[in-house]
Amino acid sequence: MLPVGLPWVGAHLRLDALAAFFLVVVNLGGATASLYGLGYGRHEEAPGRVLPFFPAFLAGMNLVVLADDAFTFLFAWEFMSLSSWALVMAHHRRPGNAAAGYLYLLMASFGTLALLLAFGLLAGAAGGYAFEGIRSAMPSTGIAGAVLALALIGAGSKAGIVPLHVWLPLAHPAAPSHVSALMSGVMTKVAVYGFVRIVFDLLGTPAWWWGALIALMGGVTAIMGVLHALMEHDLKRLLAYHTVENIGIIFIGLGLSLAFQANAMPAAAALALTAALFHVFNHCVFKSLLFFGAGAVLTATGERDMEHLGGLIHRMPLTAFAFLIGSAAISALPPFNGFVSEWLTFQAILLSPALPQWLLKFLVPAIGALLALSAALAAACFVKAFGITFLGRARTQVARDAVETDARSLAAMFVLVALCLVAGVLPGYFIDALAPVTRALAGARLPSQEGLQWLTIVPIAESRSSYNGLLLFAFIALAAGLGAEVIHRWASNATRRSAPWDCGFPDPSPVTQYTAGSFSQPIRKVFGTVVFRAREEVDVPAPGDSRAAQLRVRLRDVLWDVLYVPIGAVVTFAAGWLNKVQFMTIRGYLTLVFGALVLLLTVLAAWQ
Amino acid sequence: MDRFALDVAHLFAGGLVLVSFMLLYQDRMTGLVNNFALHALVVSLSVAWQAHIQHAPHLYITAAIALAVKAVVIPLALHRIIVQLGIHRTIEQVVGIGQTMLAGIGLVALSIMVMLPITAAAGTLAREDLAFALSVVLLGLLMMISRRNAVSQVIGFMSIENGLILAATGAKGMPLVVEISVAFSILIALIVIGVFLFRIRERFETVDVQALHEHRGEQP
Repeated sequence: MLPVGLPWVGAHLRLDALAAFFLVVVNLGGATASLYGLGYGRHEEAPGRVLPFFPAFLAGMNLVVLADDAFTFLFAWEFMSLSSWALVMAHHRRPGNAAAGYLYLLMASFGTLALLLAFGLLAGAAGGYAFEGIRSAMPSTGIAGAVLALALIGAGSKAGIVPLHVWLPLAHPAAPSHVSALMSGVMTKVAVYGFVRIVFDLLGTPAWWWGALIALMGGVTAIMGVLHALMEHDLKRLLAYHTVENIGIIFIGLGLSLAFQANAMPAAAALALTAALFHVFNHCVFKSLLFFGAGAVLTATGERDMEHLGGLIHRMPLTAFAFLIGSAAISALPPFNGFVSEWLTFQAILLSPALPQWLLKFLVPAIGALLALSAALAAACFVKAFGITFLGRARTQVARDAVETDARSLAAMFVLVALCLVAGVLPGYFIDALAPVTRALAGARLPSQEGLQWLTIVPIAESRSSYNGLLLFAFIALAAGLGAEVIHRWASNATRRSAPWDCGFPDPSPVTQYTAGSFSQPIRKVFGTVVFRAREEVDVPAPGDSRAAQLRVRLRDVLWDVLYVPIGAVVTFAAGWLNKVQFMTIRGYLTLVFGALVLLLTVLAAWQ
Repeated sequence: MDRFALDVAHLFAGGLVLVSFMLLYQDRMTGLVNNFALHALVVSLSVAWQAHIQHAPHLYITAAIALAVKAVVIPLALHRIIVQLGIHRTIEQVVGIGQTMLAGIGLVALSIMVMLPITAAAGTLAREDLAFALSVVLLGLLMMISRRNAVSQVIGFMSIENGLILAATGAKGMPLVVEISVAFSILIALIVIGVFLFRIRERFETVDVQALHEHRGEQP
């Protein structure tokens, strides 16, 4: 015990394998965000609103991961929430930011309340708040279920599990870009850490339905996140919605791991847990990279709306390259890191027929289908994000005048680009590094990947499946290089004739280009009416009228209408009633006290 | 403890509940104050009896204080106040005597139902005394919320205090100093409340607390 914290209580800090892994994630994200911030921060209009809270935020996240008792954990958790709230509010005068900050504060305190209750239940009547004591106590089934639900609410509201995700796409983009990267790439991972620590480490043996519940929530989160992202034209908000999607993928892995663990299949549990934790690392890397890219675009143009960008690859080639790599990684394209962790998740899903419960046998393949769908939609979404932002022609003057971002920001991005490639090509080393964590939490580890030929990874057995990032990378590089060479050598030299009517590009104005809205339209047609209650209104002027026709699309978040609006109405009603109660007459107060007393006495009499 | 001592103790405690009902019923100011004097008299008798059967001489002092202060000084002071305020002839509109009495009976039943199972381990004397004391407290509260006149509310408040004394003396070994301090605080409360009554009267020309609410610009 270190002599820090409250007198006579002290703070327990401990560094085990799980904490060490998350420390690496937190501080990798923190270091690159700091490097990026060195360049990005020069454009900050009020650095005094960012600089004091940025290190505090980092310190809070580190402390959460290191905490070994509930007091320290909750203190650090709340410290992290409050300092990140201050960062969200850095540009509080911009429209919408204050509301986003308010919603964030509300959800964060709600989540902390749930965690507080969870730890209260875990500590039990004896009140041992050190994790050591909690771990040794075996809670009853009912209490364990309640703790699971509370942990899911508490950590899930921070991580962005649907339906607790509503604050995330508003608050993450509101902060300065390097802070957005930290919040999306790192803070959500700290939330995952909190969940893993409580459910895997402290809660003891899982029941099989925990895994079903969590994996299902993960699947729904993934698909909802990516659908929202597809509809979004604000670059940073699109990335924030993708964070929701990736958190869903991570929770699918965690849920599967719990399901396997409950059925005493440690090797499969270790595989699912490795997939989830590897995705934690990967998402931290490529999401930070993408937010840095979005920040570079934002500083260069002052625009976050993709419909006002375009053609930036000519003005900002290095940023465009980095963003492209990040997009490929998040879309789970080989040979980058996103592919490996999603592939491992699928390997875990393919083991599900061995599970004894029929519900799981049916549910897990369905979740696999959701995961596959969300991966495909994510790829579509990043084709849109990259294509509309960087390709084509500039849609506005600011996009035409953009200049490449500064060297420090680029350095931060390229460090992450290198990591995306290394983790994708040489995943074996990363998987081996995760072995101590899975051995501690799932009781087993994946077979050692060291010494396999050609740096292949083999999650279960070689006869079953294997993946070789290096060979694939070599093949892709070779094929792409050859293809480019062939095209340049022969195709470009062929004689070209221009079409007489300039087909395909009849109007030189950049507004005739394909827009983000047109890109997502087919998907909106398929999912829109159910998920978004999409309404399209076409406003065609009368013949002879020369004004332009308009197409208006209205999207609504159904979850917001179904869940949050009623809650808000109830709270408003209760507040209005309490407001009246606050101005009662003296006799009214006495009656209230008297009534409460009689009620309590009646309960007491009935209790016996 | 012999049967007779127990019966007498129960007689006094039950009598106190009965007088509480009389307070609840009484709608004339002077009658109310006289009833309160009777309430205090029964309390002091009960305390004196407890002193006798528990062989606790300091409880005699408690009884004497209760008798002197609450059965004599406070009623006299209240009579003076009522005369000075000019409300000694008013008949207070008590809403629904019948319902109030029924509610009171319900409260007594409730307090017996709560107290008897809880105090199963305690001595017989303390058990029933506690049940009666809780009834007196609840009846006093009921009186405070069912009356509109400030003087009646003060009397309701002091009858609650009598219920507390009954409860406290039922348990053995209550220190005298607690009792004395409670008695003095009640006396001081009376003085403060008396002063306030006159201030309210000066300002609003009535001691009907309804006027206070109207002054706050609200409907009761």
